[in-house]
Amino acid sequence: MTGDVETAPLALEITGLSHSYGARKALDDVGLTVAPGQFVVLLGLNGAGKSTLFSLVTRLFAARHGRIAIFGRDLAKAPGEALRRIGVVFQARTLDLDLTVLQNMIYHAALHGIGPAEARRRADTALRRVGLGERAKDKARVLSGGQMRRVEIARALLHGPRLLLLDEPTVGLDVAARAEIVAQVRRLVAEEKIGVLWTTHLMDEIEPTDQVVVLHKGSALVSGAAADIIAQYGAKDMAGAFSALTNARANGAAA
Amino acid sequence: MSATTSQALGQEQAPTGFTARQYAVCFGGIVWREALRFAHQRERFISALVRPLVWLFIFAAGFRQALGISIIPPYETYVLYEVYITPGLMAMIQLFNGMQSSLSMVYDREMGNMRTMLMSPLPRWFILVSKLAAGAAVSVAQVYAYLVIAYFWEIEPPTWWGYLTVLPALMLVGLMLGALGMLLSSAIKQLENFAGVMNFVIFPMFFASSALYPLWRVRESSPFLYRVCEANPFTHAVELIRFSFYGKFDPLSFAVVLGCTVVFLGAAIIAYDPARGLLAMRG
Repeated sequence: MTGDVETAPLALEITGLSHSYGARKALDDVGLTVAPGQFVVLLGLNGAGKSTLFSLVTRLFAARHGRIAIFGRDLAKAPGEALRRIGVVFQARTLDLDLTVLQNMIYHAALHGIGPAEARRRADTALRRVGLGERAKDKARVLSGGQMRRVEIARALLHGPRLLLLDEPTVGLDVAARAEIVAQVRRLVAEEKIGVLWTTHLMDEIEPTDQVVVLHKGSALVSGAAADIIAQYGAKDMAGAFSALTNARANGAAA
Repeated sequence: MSATTSQALGQEQAPTGFTARQYAVCFGGIVWREALRFAHQRERFISALVRPLVWLFIFAAGFRQALGISIIPPYETYVLYEVYITPGLMAMIQLFNGMQSSLSMVYDREMGNMRTMLMSPLPRWFILVSKLAAGAAVSVAQVYAYLVIAYFWEIEPPTWWGYLTVLPALMLVGLMLGALGMLLSSAIKQLENFAGVMNFVIFPMFFASSALYPLWRVRESSPFLYRVCEANPFTHAVELIRFSFYGKFDPLSFAVVLGCTVVFLGAAIIAYDPARGLLAMRG
């Protein structure tokens, strides 16, 4: 235990994670880490295993093999302590459309044991932070797609987590809304040192300094700074590196 | 270990475990949301009310002459057919509500609301029980709305106390049927499959019970069907409501309903358990 005291715990530490649905293997020995204040991109095509990894980290179901720790708390052994330290934005819209923005916030706070008075105070701050302070009384239904996403980000931060997980948060948004969401989350990383795991299949959301983990057919093929990966494969950009990586994999398997 | 590091560590670990107040806040939040949703879905409330009223005003009026009811407990006199089927219709409201809230769980799971709920750091069994209690409370409110209308149709308990003594029975039946629905919802992956379950669960449970006809009449025509009805938990739900509405207590029904609630709830909690549950196998 004393060893943990010396080094600040990682926001997220995944080691040797495997999972299968029946005979179909969805994740095979995946490892990745997110440090506080780090923006980590989990890059993969649809079906690469991103959603499975997301379900495991959010404990929709438990991993068959491997370990997931959030700020040093083992998700399997102390799920409550681990989960209260994560904020999540799911790919699907998860706001209750019939309720107001504020009611959605209060409900989420209650699920974390935060009472309504405190929830109102926090919601006010959180909504201002995403530029939606004026929309608290509006029904979630009347918001645009980008605004809903921003509310979901505000909601995910309501209980004060230091790790934010976002599953393809920009899918289905227009260019302006996408840019806004990306900028907002990057601000959280820079200013508040929140650790972020961002899953996507959109290469243009990646900046050269980002940590990237490429997930392909359930395996983590490579991880490192985006610029290093691009250089390593002699590609022009991340898309080039990605196809070089996955092609090499396909050829390797065929040989 | 220096004082500063242990202090820093202590700060990082600061919130550990959950207080009783946090549990109460969480429970209150889930019930509050269920009530808000219900208030917003007026069609659901109206259809929940119209369904038993159609049975009461049309079906019961038509069958009044066809079915003779002898004096059976808890009744002490001959009763009208409308009076006889009222407990059955009360239970029917709860049956539909229980299945409907489980339908909403399948829908929530597809849409992601359920995932928000399951992300709560509080124990999952507690979240599921809270959700169940919230659904049961809504079904009880629906039953009382029905009873108000039935009152003007001169269907009422022998004393006003009946409205109070039936409350614990309604709550327990609401929990049992909600738990059954929750168990089914864990096994259904897609919304479309639900219609089948409605047909295979709701209708057999309702018709093979004492809701519409006393079981002695069933025995006259089919001893086998009589056994089926006797084994049907819904029969006992109806009888528990029937007796408690008349200020009486039926130990057998109570035991069966309580036992079924425990079994269904236990199975639902296992089904939604991250490590053992069905979700992990199918994703």
